[in-house]
Amino acid sequence: MKTFCSVWLLLSLVELSPAPPASQEPPLACTGAPDPAPPQPETAEDMASTGDLEPTHYPARRAAQVALHYLNTHHGSPFRVFGLQQVHKASAEDVAAGGRKYKLDFSVTDWGSGSATMNKSSEEFFSNTTDVLNIAGPALRCSADVLFPRTERHSAPEVQLHCEALHQINSTAQEEDAFYQKYISPDSAVSARDIPDSFGNVSEEMQPFWRLARVAASFIMLRESSENTEFNMAKVASVTQQESSGEQLMLEFVVLLHDLPSQVTHKHTHRLWTLMDTEAVCVLTVCVCSAGDRSVEAAGVLVSRQRRQGPADRVAAQMPSRHQTPKLTL
Amino acid sequence: MMKGILFLTTLFVASFAKKTFERDQVLRITAKDEAQISLLKELSEQEHLGLDFWREPVHESLPVDVHVPFHSLQDIKEFLENNQIQYDVMIMDVQDLLDDEEREMVKNRSSPKSTDDFVYTAYHNLNEINAFIDMLVAENKNLVSKIVIGSSYEKRPLNVLKFSTGAKRPGIWIDTGIHSREWVTQASGTWFAKKIVKNFKRDPVLTNILNNYDIFLEIVTNPDGFAFTHSHNRMWRKTRKPNPGSWCVGVDPNRNWDAGFGGAGSSDNPCDQTYRGPRANSESEVKAIVDFVKSHGKLKAFVSIHSYSQMLLYPYGYTRTPAKDDAELNKLAKKAVSALQSMYNTRYRYGSIINTIYQASGGTIDWTYNQGIKYSYTFELRDTGTYGFLLPANQIVPTAKETWLALMAIMKHTRDNPY
Repeated sequence: MKTFCSVWLLLSLVELSPAPPASQEPPLACTGAPDPAPPQPETAEDMASTGDLEPTHYPARRAAQVALHYLNTHHGSPFRVFGLQQVHKASAEDVAAGGRKYKLDFSVTDWGSGSATMNKSSEEFFSNTTDVLNIAGPALRCSADVLFPRTERHSAPEVQLHCEALHQINSTAQEEDAFYQKYISPDSAVSARDIPDSFGNVSEEMQPFWRLARVAASFIMLRESSENTEFNMAKVASVTQQESSGEQLMLEFVVLLHDLPSQVTHKHTHRLWTLMDTEAVCVLTVCVCSAGDRSVEAAGVLVSRQRRQGPADRVAAQMPSRHQTPKLTL
Repeated sequence: MMKGILFLTTLFVASFAKKTFERDQVLRITAKDEAQISLLKELSEQEHLGLDFWREPVHESLPVDVHVPFHSLQDIKEFLENNQIQYDVMIMDVQDLLDDEEREMVKNRSSPKSTDDFVYTAYHNLNEINAFIDMLVAENKNLVSKIVIGSSYEKRPLNVLKFSTGAKRPGIWIDTGIHSREWVTQASGTWFAKKIVKNFKRDPVLTNILNNYDIFLEIVTNPDGFAFTHSHNRMWRKTRKPNPGSWCVGVDPNRNWDAGFGGAGSSDNPCDQTYRGPRANSESEVKAIVDFVKSHGKLKAFVSIHSYSQMLLYPYGYTRTPAKDDAELNKLAKKAVSALQSMYNTRYRYGSIINTIYQASGGTIDWTYNQGIKYSYTFELRDTGTYGFLLPANQIVPTAKETWLALMAIMKHTRDNPY
C-alpha cells in the first residue's frame, strides 16, 4: 500500500516583503482630550517580554504558531492539518548565543478529522435549534521549545516538539492511498482556482488539495517566521496537476500566505510531488520555486521529515519486501 | 449551493416520472473489502429496487452514496445488515431537503421584497446591502432612520442606520466593514440591524437600552473597498484613494486616526497594507466618522468590528501604557467574551490591542477612547486562520448570533454605568 509518508523540501532563498514598518519620532499628541493627557506613542522597540508570558497574548501565540507549522510539516497530510486550539503556559528567555527561546505548553486540534457541519434549519433567522459547528477533532496536548535566532539575515526558527498521543490518532493512510490512486491515473489532470472561493466554499473533492497546500505552505511559513510574524494560509490561488512520470504524482500550488501583524498576503508557488522507489515507498517532495512578488533563484536545501509510524506501517511490516523505511538525507 | 443545484439536477434527470421523494433516504455505505464492493455492484444491477447511485461502488476506501426509494428501504437495510456492510443515513428524507433547497433558490433568485426575505446566510454585494438598509428603514419608520455622514473617495454615500426612540439621547456606535475584505463583519452588521428591530419591544433589556440610548450602525464603513472586493480583488483591505507619486492605491483606514498617528505599528509606504496615509483623517471615510462623533458629543460606547482572530480588544494599540480604565475594560471584555462563548463554545482572547494582537498606531478606538468614549472596543470575529477572511457563508449567522451576546453585554454595562 502506498502512503504519503515523508516529505522532502527544496527551499529557495526567498525574501519576503515588506520589511517591518519603519519607526518615526512620534509627534506630541495634542488631541484636546480631557485630563489627563493621553499617553505618548512609543517608538519601535524590542517589545517582546521574557520570563513567564501571558498565554493569550501574541508573543506566546506567535511562537506556538511556529510550533504548529513544524508539526504540520512532520505530520500533516491531505487528510490532516493541525490548528492551534489554546496556549496553556508559556515562557521566554534570551539565550547566550543570541536569540530568544520560548517554552510552550499548548493544545492543537486536527482540522481534517471533522468538517464544518450545520444542523438543519440554519437559515431560520431565529432558529431555536442550536447551530452546532464541529470543526475539529479532539485536542492533543503538546510542548515545544521554539528558538528564534538573532542573526544579521533572517534564519528559520528552530523547533523541538513533543505531542502526547500523536501516534494514537487515527491513521489517514487509507484515505491517502485512495487519494494517490485516484490522481495517479494517466488521465487525471486536476486544475482548480480559488480554494476557498470568495464565499469560503471548498468543494469536497478539493478538501485534500487544500490541506495538502496548507501542509506544503507550512514549510515556507515555518522558515519565514520570526517573533514579528504570524502566518496563516489565506487561500490556494491555484492547483495544477503536472504531467506525472511513472509513479510520480506532481502538483503545482500557488498559495497566498497572510501575515497578521503586517497584514500582507504573500504569494508563493511551490511544486509538490511524490516519489516512489522500487519498493513502493511513498515520499512527498515539496519544492518552493519562486516568490510571487519578486523573482528569486531557486536554491537547493533538502529537508526531510521522519516517516510516520502508524497502523498502516504495522500492516505493511507484515507484508514482506513491500515497505522499508526510506533513507532520508538532510 | 452548487451541491444543491447538482443534487436537484441529478434527481430531476434520474427520476423524471416521480412526483415525490417523501421518505426516500440517501445512504452512505462504507465497504470494508473487495467482497463487499462486489456485493454492492451486484445490488446496483437490480433494477427493480430503483436505486440511484450518486457514488458508484469502486474501491473499498471510497464511500458509496445511494439514493434509496422508500419502497426498497427496508430490503436494502436488511441486506446491508445481513452482510455486515456499514452504512449511515446521509439524508433522512429527500423530499424535505428538496423543499428546503427550493425555498432557498426562490429567495436567491429574486431581490428580497422585505427584510424578512433577505438571505442572512449568504454574502451580499454593496447594492444589496444598501437596498436592505432602505427596506429596513421603510419597514420601521418609528424606530429606524438613515443618516448619510459623508461620502467615500469614489463618492459613495456613507450610510449609517440610527435606531432611536427619542431625541437628544446619548449614543452607542457600531461599525463593520472598515476593512473591506473582512466580509463576515458587513454580513454580521446586516444581521445586527435586523436583530435590533426584531427584539425591540420583545427583549426587555434591548428595549430599555433603546429607551435611553440611540444606536448607530454603519454596516459598510469602507464602501469603495467593499465594491473592489467584489469586482477585482477579494483580498482588498484599504480605501481606494490613489496616492500621489505612487502606483499603489489606498490607505489603511484603521491607521488613519489621530491617536499616536505616525508611530510604530503603521507604515509610511503607500504600497503597504498598514499605510497610514499622508496625515490623520486624510481619508473621507474616517473624517466622516470623526466629524459625526465630535458633533454628536454624547457617544458612550464605540465598537469597531473586524475579522479575523477571535479577539475582543480595547485601547491602546499605539502604546504599552495601559488605558486609565484598563481594569474595568478588561473585566467587561471578560464578561462579553464569556457571553459570546456560551453560544457555540467559540473561544475568544481579550486584552489591550498592543498586548493581544500587535502594535498598531492611528487606530479607531484609540482615538475614540482619547475623545472620552470610555467603552471603546474592537472585535476580531471568526475564525483563527482556517478560512481567515474567506469564512464560509454558513458561519455568518452563528458568528453574528454569538457576537450579538457580547455586544449586548457591552451595551448593558454602558447603560448600567453612565458617565
